[in-house]
Amino acid sequence: MKSFEQEKFWKKWNLTPKEYQKIKEYLQREPNEVELGMYSVMWSEHCSYKNSKPLLKLFPNSAEWVLQGPGENAGIIDIGDDQIIAMKIESHNHPSAIEPFQGAATGIGGIVRDIFAMGARPIALLDSLRFGDFNHPQTQYLYKGVIDGISFYGNCIGVPTVGGETVFSPSYQENILVNVMCVGLARKNDILRAIAKGEGNSVILIGAKTGRDGIGGASFASTELNETSDEDRPAVQIGDPFSEKLLIEACLELRGLDYVVGLQDCGAAGLTSSLCEMASRGDSGLDIELSEVPKREEGMNPFEIMLSESQERMIVVIKKGKEKKIKNIFDKWGLDSAVIGKVTNDGKFTIRDKGEIIADIPAKSLADGVPVCHRKGKRPNILDSVNRLDLSEISQPNDYNQALLQVLGSPNMISKEQIYENYDYMVRNNTVLLPGDDAAILRIKGTKKAIALTTDGNGRYCYLDPLIGGKIAVAEAARNLSCKGSLPRAVTDCLNFGNPEKETIYWQLEESIKGISEACRVLQTPVISGNVSLYNESKGEAIYPTPVIGMVGIIEDYHHICSMAFKNHDDLIVLLGENKEELGGSEYLKVIHHLEKGMPPQIDLLKEQAVQKVCREAIKKELISSAHDCSEGGLAIALAESCIKGKKGAEIDIEGKIRNDALLFGESQSRIILSINPKNLSSLQEIADKYQVPLLLLGYVQGEKLKINRLINIKVSQLEKVWRGTK
Amino acid sequence: MKFGVIQFPGSNCDYDCFYALNDVFKVEVEYIWHKQTDIKGYDGIFLPGGFTYGDYLRVGAIARFSPVMSVVIDYAAAGGLVLGICNGFQILTEAGLLPGALMRNNSLHFICKYTYLKVENNQIPHTYSCKSGQVLKVPIAHGDGNYYIDEHGLSLLIKNNQIVLRYCEENGEVTPKANPNGAVDNIAAICNKEGNVLGMMPHPERCVEDCLGSSDGKYIFNSILNFIKNSKVKL
Amino acid sequence: MWLVKIYVTLKKGLLDAQGKATQNALESLGFKEVEEVRMGKYIHIKMKGQNQQMVIQRVEEMGKKLLANPVIEDFTYEVEVLK
Repeated sequence: MKSFEQEKFWKKWNLTPKEYQKIKEYLQREPNEVELGMYSVMWSEHCSYKNSKPLLKLFPNSAEWVLQGPGENAGIIDIGDDQIIAMKIESHNHPSAIEPFQGAATGIGGIVRDIFAMGARPIALLDSLRFGDFNHPQTQYLYKGVIDGISFYGNCIGVPTVGGETVFSPSYQENILVNVMCVGLARKNDILRAIAKGEGNSVILIGAKTGRDGIGGASFASTELNETSDEDRPAVQIGDPFSEKLLIEACLELRGLDYVVGLQDCGAAGLTSSLCEMASRGDSGLDIELSEVPKREEGMNPFEIMLSESQERMIVVIKKGKEKKIKNIFDKWGLDSAVIGKVTNDGKFTIRDKGEIIADIPAKSLADGVPVCHRKGKRPNILDSVNRLDLSEISQPNDYNQALLQVLGSPNMISKEQIYENYDYMVRNNTVLLPGDDAAILRIKGTKKAIALTTDGNGRYCYLDPLIGGKIAVAEAARNLSCKGSLPRAVTDCLNFGNPEKETIYWQLEESIKGISEACRVLQTPVISGNVSLYNESKGEAIYPTPVIGMVGIIEDYHHICSMAFKNHDDLIVLLGENKEELGGSEYLKVIHHLEKGMPPQIDLLKEQAVQKVCREAIKKELISSAHDCSEGGLAIALAESCIKGKKGAEIDIEGKIRNDALLFGESQSRIILSINPKNLSSLQEIADKYQVPLLLLGYVQGEKLKINRLINIKVSQLEKVWRGTK
Repeated sequence: MKFGVIQFPGSNCDYDCFYALNDVFKVEVEYIWHKQTDIKGYDGIFLPGGFTYGDYLRVGAIARFSPVMSVVIDYAAAGGLVLGICNGFQILTEAGLLPGALMRNNSLHFICKYTYLKVENNQIPHTYSCKSGQVLKVPIAHGDGNYYIDEHGLSLLIKNNQIVLRYCEENGEVTPKANPNGAVDNIAAICNKEGNVLGMMPHPERCVEDCLGSSDGKYIFNSILNFIKNSKVKL
Repeated sequence: MWLVKIYVTLKKGLLDAQGKATQNALESLGFKEVEEVRMGKYIHIKMKGQNQQMVIQRVEEMGKKLLANPVIEDFTYEVEVLK
């Protein structure tokens, strides 16, 4: 009778028979209800990465400048001058699909806590968003909700939202993606770790009181959405940015205090996850008394307290005897703090309710003991036909002006000003290149340095070929940074995929990771943190595989940066790289021909690196006036954007060795458009020769129109109207 | 010369005001905690932007009752120089130091962007070094910047020359199109009758260095500094 | 114990942008009979008090001092005894 009851329970909690056996092995007995629930959430994909672990090992994650790779709340790189950058990206896809405003808001709250848990002051946020078809009413509702949620939370806590992407595609109709990246700055000595050690030391819960919100959120995030998901609404947490702001300031006061042992965010899976991870990292045990946890509601049972995902809470471990000092800091900021237990040396995670033991688990088994799933992938057969693209069957537009306006005015290409104006992107006085360019740039006060930030990921490319798509995501992110004069330094990645238990999805995941790994190796941008979001599917339909790459780069002197805007009439416009006849997976093909097929553009990572080196060196030597990555939408769109931003025309004359539509709208990789004073051309040519990068003269910055060959002839003011959506 | 920047729970531009005064203008500046009730010895008090108490009941409504506000009211009454920026402006209206109120932007959205401001009154300390009619490029970042005052109140503001900055086009023309939030009469900043208390929605502290896209905020800071330097009587 | 329900709304005559947006949305959803929408805040207070008159007096003070901004807002309230 008992085992039958248990079976019902572990099935309810998405545990497999094998996992249940493993739990019994760890405990040397049957688990009780609370213990089983705790294993269930900790061993969910969201917390344990059991499906992706073997693949994540492929990522390169070390370099001389990497101080902290994956495994902590965030990765850390050294930027010199005794300073470090902490960064991480995280998904909040499922909660945002159910309740876009709160889902996006609490997504920000969570990632920001990950950053200041490391002792770093959060200095920038970026959002990588994917929604369904732009004109679908549901999309409008979700899109507005997510943007309002980001605006509500991010603005209030005083962390500037400086960049990101917003992409619309029917592939995300039922599963939107909300990936948030946060970047923090600290002095080297201020780094804190999420660790519990030192027998007898005190465990203190700080911040908001614990309520019933978000129970089971982590396992919720690890299942497919279905029609009843809307009824799961209570699982969505409510964000309180005001408390978060106080929590940031209070926790940053913990830096440099010798009695602070560890600091940890209380995120997915609540106390269960944060506590057992801290213990596991410190090879320690914890003895926790639940009656000491400040609660918002009466009558909460131990299970609810341990799994509550109430927001704006942190755990701090301090040396015993210093409890009063900590309390004073949090009292000053008007925040609750309570000693809820102590560190032990038996490796056990012991939970008591008024003294009575209600769970007693080896901490390591909970945090790291999940049986890893080794799966096999299989290429989907449908790609055979999807990858086939016969250009002779694609008719070329009769009116290229019209085609350009159509692509430029499509939802994925238009200016995102209407989005980022909702965000405070300037607070803290560091944003030296504002949103709307290839990357955002923030200066580091007290030095000449700056950092450049971007997020990139093209789901369509990855759908057509996840290996190439993975490489391009990294290459484009790096190119965006190099275009601004910055040396790409490190990656944080968010892997958004469907159900990995399906062979074809697993294949997509595996191939993408291989692609990302290879590109990160060549471009010397190790993956220092990240997040995996699987099960992004509904009614059996998965999203396009969408790895999102967040990247940081370093600029030695922020006076040497370069925006995309054309600056001076009579400047020469030149192209680094080559135009190839590649239309597969392009925006043009989608917008004009309603096709999402073919092969994505090819990428040669060594050539990519060479192009970027030329650009960086030219910016550093102050040779060029503007630089712009040429990617989605192709050459014509990139030129149009530089014209619009600079309010200047351009006259372009390119020898057409390839189809006109491929020339204008093809998305060949490893291309950068520069404008340059003619007197600097020979110096630029020298650098290009040094790295064996082709340099092609395109034309001049001139007049008030964009003219390309005899194909395009449009006033910049008209381009601007269409691009801003005010036509 | 010494300035104080008040820190309320939820202030988030306190650091930027401090930075501008300390690092850019190289004058002495201290944070003033919201529970402090002694603010003697300062040449000027800044109420910074942010979301005090999360703006939860109404913008500025709760911060207005912070202990420090009772002494700020006394300080202002004694002629002390006060500048409220964004949320600071909202707190000043709630506290009754400035007339009117700040309502939700008419777009119902938060707006962060550069705006142009026309100096309508350069007779007060905060605009002392500006030319009358000068156009400043200064960013806004707010969800509740829609200044409201009834007609009678507006006529008094005009009569007493209390409208200090108006939103305008790049060329200085005050047009409905240049109004970002629906504010009555394009009002971006007003002062009290005596001219020692200024509230402004735009953020001068965000544009004091060329690398940030504009340094027109310097005109406001330099005005204050020059005024204090040149005034024989300490306020 | 008393239960006080306080309603804070924008003064009549002020543009209520939220109300207007909501009204437009309702109309576009087919609720053509909607004539006017005004938005405001609802504040729910449980409080002690010897009698209704004293409760009302205190609530009036709360409204004037903090809950509503007299420049732009009006408030009304209902008071009931709480078991």
